[in-house]
Amino acid sequence: MARSTSKDAQDLFRALWSAYSATPTNLKIIDLYVMYAVFTALIQVVYMAMVGSFPFNSFLSGVLSCVGTAVLAVCLRIQVNKENKEFKDLAPERAFADFVLCNLVLHLVIMNFLG
Amino acid sequence: MAAVRVPPPFPFFLVLALSISAAATTVLQPISDHHRSAALNLFVLSHGSFHSLQDAYEALRVFEILGIEEKQRVGTDTFNGILKCKVNGEVFKGIASRLKASISDASPLPDLYYSIGSLVLIKDQDSNVDVHLADAPGTFQSIKALSQSDGKWRYSSDKTESSAYATGLALEALAGVISLASSEIDHSKVNTVKSDILKLFDSIEKNDDVNFYFPEESVGVNEHQDSLSTTSSVVRGVTAFAAVVSGEINLPGDKTLGLAKFLLGTGIPGNAKDFFNQVESLAFLESKRVSIPLILSLPETVYSLTKKGQLKVRVSTALGSAAPPLIVKLVRAFSSGAKDSTIIESKELQYDKRSGLHVLDAFTNNVDVGSYVFVFEIVLRDSRSEQVYATGGQFHVPIYVTGIIEVSNAEIGVLGDLGSAETKKVLDLAGNGIVSLSANHLQKLRLSFHLTTPYGHVFKPHQAIFKLRHETKVEHMFVVGNVAKKFEITLDFLGLVEKLFYLSGKYDIELTVGDAAMENSFIRLLGHVKLDLPEAPEKAAQPPPPPVDPYSRYGPKAEITHLFRAPEKRPPQNLSITFLALILLPFLGFLIGYWRSSVALCTFLVEAGPVHHSQDSRLFGSFLDVFWPQNSFLSCFDINQVEICMREANNLYL
Repeated sequence: MARSTSKDAQDLFRALWSAYSATPTNLKIIDLYVMYAVFTALIQVVYMAMVGSFPFNSFLSGVLSCVGTAVLAVCLRIQVNKENKEFKDLAPERAFADFVLCNLVLHLVIMNFLG
Repeated sequence: MAAVRVPPPFPFFLVLALSISAAATTVLQPISDHHRSAALNLFVLSHGSFHSLQDAYEALRVFEILGIEEKQRVGTDTFNGILKCKVNGEVFKGIASRLKASISDASPLPDLYYSIGSLVLIKDQDSNVDVHLADAPGTFQSIKALSQSDGKWRYSSDKTESSAYATGLALEALAGVISLASSEIDHSKVNTVKSDILKLFDSIEKNDDVNFYFPEESVGVNEHQDSLSTTSSVVRGVTAFAAVVSGEINLPGDKTLGLAKFLLGTGIPGNAKDFFNQVESLAFLESKRVSIPLILSLPETVYSLTKKGQLKVRVSTALGSAAPPLIVKLVRAFSSGAKDSTIIESKELQYDKRSGLHVLDAFTNNVDVGSYVFVFEIVLRDSRSEQVYATGGQFHVPIYVTGIIEVSNAEIGVLGDLGSAETKKVLDLAGNGIVSLSANHLQKLRLSFHLTTPYGHVFKPHQAIFKLRHETKVEHMFVVGNVAKKFEITLDFLGLVEKLFYLSGKYDIELTVGDAAMENSFIRLLGHVKLDLPEAPEKAAQPPPPPVDPYSRYGPKAEITHLFRAPEKRPPQNLSITFLALILLPFLGFLIGYWRSSVALCTFLVEAGPVHHSQDSRLFGSFLDVFWPQNSFLSCFDINQVEICMREANNLYL
């Protein structure tokens, strides 16, 4: 019973991996960027849990910067994904430019809130 | 357990002796070396001279009277009259003529006083200067016109109130007029002034039937003369007038003596002006112009039976000069509490030439511990001296005789219901023994002891206090009464439960016996008693709160540490560095993943077709620049090839 469960899990993992391998490279790069931002946020949360929340605004700035940029990267991924028909008229360069601009505004706020 | 406080006898006796001697203010002391040293401290030179001419005069006059040689330190250009300065006679003539011109009938008294006084001084300095008053009788009369019926003078004709201070000025001025008169003043006028002086002394103030003085006065709006200044002014005036008139003024000797006693009674004045007034007035009283007062003083008024001292009496003038041959008699001595009982009567003191004191031998043989009043009388050996000196009748002097009081038969015990002793212990009050007792509210505590003087008489001390002190520091004090020699106190706890606030527990027993005449006064912890009292009812009075330790309320407080800003909490540095490294790991992972995926992209893009310029290629180039400062594509191809790649990429994406 347990053996079939683990075999099923491996099969599932293999299927996911092969399906993900078909993803375009640019989307993979964006996914990588999102993972980087999320992991950075998680590490900051763990650090705050260990040493305390002082200064709190600095913690918020760090975490919200990561989360914010991850969210903007997700939006970029949605917009540049060819399979997404909703944004088929939007040029990926435009999406990227929006991504860059929004990041600039986000990090301007974050830098002021950092303290 | 409270510490036993039994003060050592001698220092305690000394303190008591000093306090007693301080309280005996009727025992006057003549001028002594204490005055001389005080004068040196009061009249101090500032940079080699005094602040003013008046200060210099007062200082030099005091030094002269007291026989102090300090005047040699003062510069010779300070004052005439005392230092015999050489001044041009013409100057004196000019001053004298102006002074004479200023004297008029309408002048107020102070102006006349200063003008005439200055003329008298000039007369003493230079006999060649003509200082005689043209109209001496007229001037005399104008001064006399300011007198009033009570023997006092007014300051001016438009003032209605008379003043003793003004009287002194007037008498000095009249004396000056008499000495400056070219012809003799009418005797009747002089006699009138003499009778005015006697009237003045009729209204003199008396203090405790001993001191005579003239009271303080307000002169004008802002000036105020205290009693010492006023009395000094009168003494100065009376003695100046007595010096220039013939015959006696017949001032009563007791009043002269009373003036001297008042002046000596001020002790050692604290300021230079008062000191000068005191010393100069005493000097005038001793100038033989009036009866010279003789002061009877005792070097000590506390005598110890233990030391068996002698009663010593000194008789001298107020300035401490030797008295004429005389006898001091002890008229009687009686106890302060029993004025009718005389313990010593009609004794003559022996004169000791070496010490100059009159001594009563072995008086302590007859006198027991206690306080007494000794009445002395001075009898001049030469009857002619009675015209010169004022002896003043009898002197009442308080004498204290101290001694060791025997405390004996001391017992403490607990009595039962019927008064029978259940516990009885003998106390050794001279030792340090402590007793332990226990009692309940139905029993009584009794303490008794005997107090006997060295001669075996009853001694009733000023303080005989029995104290109970609870563990909670609540104290209760009781006075120990006596029947003859036996002092006894019985505490019936049944009646005292309320007073003791129903506090059961251990009580310290303390006995205090003290008196000024007792050389061995003591405060002694006798022991403890464990009291078992009933429970307090609901509405019983609560014991008083314990006394606040004064050091806790008024003593220094703990220093407050001011914390203006809490220091920032910082994590351990190792932890911070570790997490710094951890934070960089996702970024490294991103870079590695991006490098691997961009290699694949690079490989794919190399297969692209012809190049053409496009907006997209520039955007894509900038995309690469943003994400990847070190553009890995540069290792693949140059910018033209990037355009080729962009075209193919666009074809791919679309």
